[in-house]
Amino acid sequence: MQQSRAETGTPIPAPAPAAAPAGEPAPTGATEIFQLRGLTCRYGGFTAVRDISLDIQRNEITAIIGPSGCGKSTLLRCLNRMNDLVEGTRVTGEVIYNGEDIYAPHIDPVEVRRRIGMVFQEPNPFPKSIYDNVAFGPKLEGHRSDLDDIVESSLRQAALWDEVKGKLKQSALSLSGGQQQRLCIARALAVEPDVILMDEPASALDPIATLRIEDLMEELKRSYSIVIVTHNMQQAARISDKTAFVTVRVENETDERTGELVEFDDTTRIFTAAADQRTEDYVTGRFG
Amino acid sequence: MGLGTPEKSAQQVTSDMAAPRGRALIERPFQWALLGATLLALALLAALLADVLIDGAGRLSWDFFTDYSDSLDPAETGIRTGLTGTMSLMVLTAAISFPIGVGAAVYLEEYASDNRFTRLLQLNIANLAGVPSVVYGLLTLSAFVYVLGFGRSLLAGAMALSLLILPIIIVASREALRAVPQSIRNGALALGATPLQVTSRQVLPIALPGILTGTILALSRAIGESAPILVVGAVFSRRADTWPWELFEPFGALPIQIFNFVRQPEPGFQIEAASAGILVLLALLLTMNAVAIFLRNRYQKRF
Ligand SMILES: Nc1ncnc2c1ncn2[C@@H]1O[C@H](COP(=O)(O)OP(=O)(O)OP(=O)(O)O)[C@@H](O)[C@H]1O
Ligand SMILES: [Mg+2]
Repeated sequence: MQQSRAETGTPIPAPAPAAAPAGEPAPTGATEIFQLRGLTCRYGGFTAVRDISLDIQRNEITAIIGPSGCGKSTLLRCLNRMNDLVEGTRVTGEVIYNGEDIYAPHIDPVEVRRRIGMVFQEPNPFPKSIYDNVAFGPKLEGHRSDLDDIVESSLRQAALWDEVKGKLKQSALSLSGGQQQRLCIARALAVEPDVILMDEPASALDPIATLRIEDLMEELKRSYSIVIVTHNMQQAARISDKTAFVTVRVENETDERTGELVEFDDTTRIFTAAADQRTEDYVTGRFG
Repeated sequence: MGLGTPEKSAQQVTSDMAAPRGRALIERPFQWALLGATLLALALLAALLADVLIDGAGRLSWDFFTDYSDSLDPAETGIRTGLTGTMSLMVLTAAISFPIGVGAAVYLEEYASDNRFTRLLQLNIANLAGVPSVVYGLLTLSAFVYVLGFGRSLLAGAMALSLLILPIIIVASREALRAVPQSIRNGALALGATPLQVTSRQVLPIALPGILTGTILALSRAIGESAPILVVGAVFSRRADTWPWELFEPFGALPIQIFNFVRQPEPGFQIEAASAGILVLLALLLTMNAVAIFLRNRYQKRF
């Protein structure tokens, strides 16, 4: 694993209710949790996504869709600075979270990740007990006495409690794939993040487990803001409030493949009345 | 004949798939030769072991472990000083090489960025693992014994052995660390763990069995060595116990003790006592290897 040199710094202030600082010209409302401004991410000399600007609303589910390799995961990882860990990554533009650019020099990426949680495509439970998986994050923050309560409430929120309450000390690896993924969600919830980023959280799951996760997200959006990458068009249509369609633009001379935001709108509009032909082709299955 | 056609073509298929007749002539003898080589190696080992057992088993007794060496009466002699020396060397060598080796491995695997310098470093560590052990003795002699003034002491011996096995520990630990899936690190980081917390609370505990296995195997190599500790001044001492904390005292070791037995003309020393000493050393090595293998199998890959 490679560490970025930028792993130190001062913590960012606690997420204040996103009131725009006085004199801020940008249209910062209380409803935006993320404002992306000209976000570009490069891996070495290769530009993976270019010039993405969009606003993500609080307590909504925002879906990112697009063909494979267009940079959806890259975009998502930019939102909690997980990309810092990939050597040679450079991010330009702004990712304004609660009114503050998380790429500003004084920001500590560890604090960013503490507030902006992430669930990965493949369930990745730690090879420890179910209990310890959920307790890992809270322990980092110094919780000791109230761990039992945190573990229980997180597992309940992730709709896993009833299935595991009798075997909290068992290895997390003994769970099924769908249970493991819900455990990973519980683990993310246990640190009480502000936002949860999900990178194709259901791609390794069967339709029933997928539905459970979708129900769960519906439930969670009351208290959290969720950004989800998905390959599954129906899933995006079913659960998200807003949808961003990203696609690959191939530069003819250089053959460089760069992800670009085509359209970002209410999910219903994206799926029924897309403004851009490319979006319509994609969501109706004529492309990708 | 028309009806016979399918039959014929089936026959055709079988004969196509049959091995050419000449191949068996090569394959079989080759297999026998390989088997023969294996058996020969095993037989030699068994013969050696049997020889040592026959010569030495009779001398094994509690007194043999606890008695100081007696230069006159082979029946009275023991390996006490060699045993305490080897134990002390083992403890000290582990205490020196384990933290340094694991630290270096963690740095290379978890922190160092992938550039020319680190790649050069890695190449050299791999090469160091193949350097003859006596060279480490000479290095210790000039650097620690003379320049730093350790003298011909237990600490110098442990330094020589530590240098010898450091590359082995580093290589084994890096492999154990690399076997920890990246997704574990990402999962912990995404929960707001610092890189140090990721390493200390997730990665190292998962890699620990592998690291310990490598370390124990390396230590078992170290305690069988005689060249490097001879160079830095291991002595055959008759009357003094060696303890791990007697850093600057003279020291001995089992291989040196055995060598000393062998040098004496009397068969009671040269054959019986020496064989018994070898048995003790072998038992120690086999026990360590068994522990290492147990650790490896017990905690192997839980993913
Ligand atoms: N660590 C990396 N180093 C270099 N290039 C990378 C790295 N990660 C991704 N890329 C490249 O960036 C581009 C976007 O990758 P990304 O993983 O973001 O795509 P994606 O839209 O998530 O694809 P998928 O739907 O298949 O998951 C791809 O061309 C990929 O090869
Ligand atoms: Mg992806």
